[in-house]
Formats: sequence, C-alpha cells, structure tokens
Amino acid sequence: MNDKIYLYPVWVRLWHLFNALLFLVLIFSGLSLQYSGVPATLIPFKYAVSVHSISGIVLTVNYIFYLFGNYFTSNGRYYKCPLHGMFNRIAKQFRYYSYGIFKNEAPPFPVTADRKFNPLQKLSYVIVMYLFMPLLIISGVALLFPDYIPTQIFSRSGIHLTDLIHISAGFILSMFMVVHIYLCTIGKTTTSNFKSMINGWH
Amino acid sequence: MLACMLVLAGMHLFPKNGNPDTVEHSPANSKCFKCHGRPTYTFYNKILGRNVTKRQNPYLMVDSVLFYESNHKSLECPDCHSYKYNHFPHNSELQLEPMPVCLDCHEGDDNYNFETINKEYQESVHAIRHKDAFSCFMCHDPHTYKINVRSDENIDKTIVYDNNICLSCHANFNKYQLISSKRNPNIIKQHDWLPNQIAHFAHVRCIECHTQTTNKTLVAHKVLPKEKAVKKCVECHSQNSILMASLYKFQAKEKRNKYGFFNAAILNNDSYVIGANRNLYLNYLSWVIFGLILLFIVIHAVLRILTK
Repeated sequence: MNDKIYLYPVWVRLWHLFNALLFLVLIFSGLSLQYSGVPATLIPFKYAVSVHSISGIVLTVNYIFYLFGNYFTSNGRYYKCPLHGMFNRIAKQFRYYSYGIFKNEAPPFPVTADRKFNPLQKLSYVIVMYLFMPLLIISGVALLFPDYIPTQIFSRSGIHLTDLIHISAGFILSMFMVVHIYLCTIGKTTTSNFKSMINGWH
Repeated sequence: MLACMLVLAGMHLFPKNGNPDTVEHSPANSKCFKCHGRPTYTFYNKILGRNVTKRQNPYLMVDSVLFYESNHKSLECPDCHSYKYNHFPHNSELQLEPMPVCLDCHEGDDNYNFETINKEYQESVHAIRHKDAFSCFMCHDPHTYKINVRSDENIDKTIVYDNNICLSCHANFNKYQLISSKRNPNIIKQHDWLPNQIAHFAHVRCIECHTQTTNKTLVAHKVLPKEKAVKKCVECHSQNSILMASLYKFQAKEKRNKYGFFNAAILNNDSYVIGANRNLYLNYLSWVIFGLILLFIVIHAVLRILTK
C-alpha cells in the first residue's frame, strides 16, 4: 500500500466521471441528430435535440468547474508542458508505445507524485482540454442561439461554418476518447488505471 | 448631413429592389386607378350639383405601384373586367358578371401546369370547406401577385412573401371572417409544440408542413387539414428532407448536391438544417479515421498480448 500515490482527488474524479458520462450521452444524441431519419437512429430526433442541448449545457458547467479546479488547486501543474526538449520527450514516449512496450521495457516516464502524465499524455490533454473543448463548447453554445451567429463568415453561411467546427471538434474528441480508453489499459494491470480513477490511488 | 442626403437621394433614384423590367403605364389603367388606386374618389353629383368625395371600398382598391411590379403588370383592366366599366358611374348590373378565373388565361401552360394546380386546390381544405366562398384570388391577388419562388436567390424573401399570403387571413380577424364565422386561431399558440418557433417561422413557409407535395407542381396547392400537417421533425431534419421537394425544389433541380453536401441547395440559402445537411466526403473521412483507429488499437492490443 506504501508504494501507492494518491493522485486523483475527489473533485478530479467527480469531474472526470461526469465528463465521461456526458460525453457518451452527447456522442449518441449527436449521432442521432446527424443521422436522423436513419431507421437505426439511437434516439428519436425530437428527444435527441433536448438531450443534446441539456447535456451540452451541463458539460459546459462541468468544464468551467474543471478550469476553476485546475486554477485554484495544484492539479494545473500537471498540464504544464515546458517547450525545451519536448520533442525528444514525446519521441521517447512514442517509441515506448510503438516498440518498447512489446519488448517489455520499463515506461520512460513512470508516474510519480509530481508527474501524473507522460509527455504524450500532457500534450494530448492540453490540446484536447484547452483547444478542442473550448471550440466544441463555444460552437455548441452558438448553435443554441443561431439567430446571433453572423449570417455570413468568409462568404459562407455562418451557421454552417459553426456547425462544421462543432461536429469536427466533437468527432476529434470522440476519437480521443476511444484512444484514451484503450491507452488506459496500459498500466500495471489492464484494469489498474480504471481502478485508480475510481479510488484515487495510483 | 450632405452625405446622408446623397445616400437618401441614391436610395430614391436607384431603389435596391427596383424592378428593371418595367412596362409603360397604360392610359386605360390610369383612368381606373384615378378612383381605384386611392382611398377616396371624387365625382360630380348631379342631384347636389357639385363635386362629392367618397371613401373607396378597400376591397375594390388596387395599389398601382404593386400592380406595375406584379406578374400581370402588362395587362389592362378591361382585359379581365368588362369594358363597360369605362362608363362612370358604373352600371350596378356589372357586378353580376362572372369574373374570369386563372385557367381562362393559363390553361395549357406546361411551365406552370395550372390544371394540376387547380386539381390540387379542389382537393384542398380551402376548397372542400369553403366551396365557392374561396377562390384562387383569396391567396393570389391578381392585381399584385408576384411569383418569386422560381428564382435562384432570396429564398428568405420568398418565405416572407408566401407566409404573408397565409397570414393575411389566418392572422387577420377581419379577412378571416369573410368566409368563416369562427375566430381565427392564434398561430403562435397553435404552434406551441414546435421547438425553436422563431427560427422555423423565419426559415420555412407554412406550406412546407401544411400541404401535400407532389412531383407535378413546383408549389404544392393541396392545403391539408391541420390534423394532417407535418409534425415529425425528421420529415425535414433528415437526408430525405421534404424541404427539397417544397421550399428548395427549384434550387434542388438547378444545383444538385454541389460541394458534396447532402441537400446542398439548403446551404445555398445560408441555412443549415440539422440532419438534412451532411458532407458526403467528411462522412467518409470520419468513418475511415474511426476504422483506422480501431484497427490500430486491435493490432496494438494483439501485439501486447503476444509479447507479454
């Protein structure tokens, strides 16, 4: 028990749980909107609109909670990516995932109390949480109020462009989620990382 | 101040919506408009021995500006009304003369197919419920009607124009009472169930949901009873959107799926209908990316298991 580190405080676990559940609801309701009229549609259109809108608003509140948490607690430090030597660190981690792991090598950046994420995790989390999540949320909020979207942006329909940003960001984040879940199976055991996210201990 | 005056003068001299396709004003029409183009008319009253000014019946008034912008602008009043109206005061028996109907002039016009329009109209709730009290002219005032759906641009303008035709009765107590003893329903309240009501009212026409579309006419004329109106979201919000068979029918024929988007004609109008607009290539790309990611995961996982 002594070699375990308490890495995931309650607020992080709660945020993460809600984020995951809401994202699943948003993926299914979003697909139902995008592929409406298809017989195998997951949720009927008229419910999918409300489900997607309400879940999106709750996700936004949850995201703001996450931003505050990172700002006012020490959790934010895990996301800092020093540029110096970043490329080499990422290449090292990439080599591990694509080669070293099959040779049963030790991970190049093991988890410590000061290093929750490896360099590749850091970079992807920063891109996901600080670039694509804001894009997804801002475009989603705009689509809730389509009358306020400029009619024309770069001589294309404003609402059309906003929707393209929204579904593209949504797709990228959904793909991230798939890869994220798979990479979580790379731990001491296949399920150890999932357990950590429930009890907080790594 | 000078700049403002120049702009105002410019707007007056070069009106934005000015109709370049103007016709010369007919002297015969001008004679009629002298009384029927104004809210009052003046005539010499022989009994009183002086000029008398009377109020014009609003149902007998014609806006000459709108007339000369309408589809019938090249016609003269006697083309449809008896030449005997040239005499004033008009003979009261003239009111008993049957008025021409659309088919009298438009029969055999393959471009518009008025025969089918008439057939659809005869099956509409308007014709069935109100019989002779209703006619084409209730919606299409022949003095002002201007067709605008057969245009590549300004769908928004078409929507406003066409919806105003419906609202001229359904949102106007006095006109509604001309053929019904009931009170006109509250449109906003009746459509309470419709999500995002403002966006729907601004971007689609009433007839999108309240008529039965066919392949035979560009604008459907079989207005359905309210119980049969479209209420399912996916009728419009889907790849097989009925909007392509109604509001965007003209554009759909002109520009089929340009840019690789399903129902690209809708995008052409700066609109975006969830479920109806999807990019074919982005669809393929997203499935390919998703497939490759799954493939990568499976290969990686299998290699991990094999090398453990």
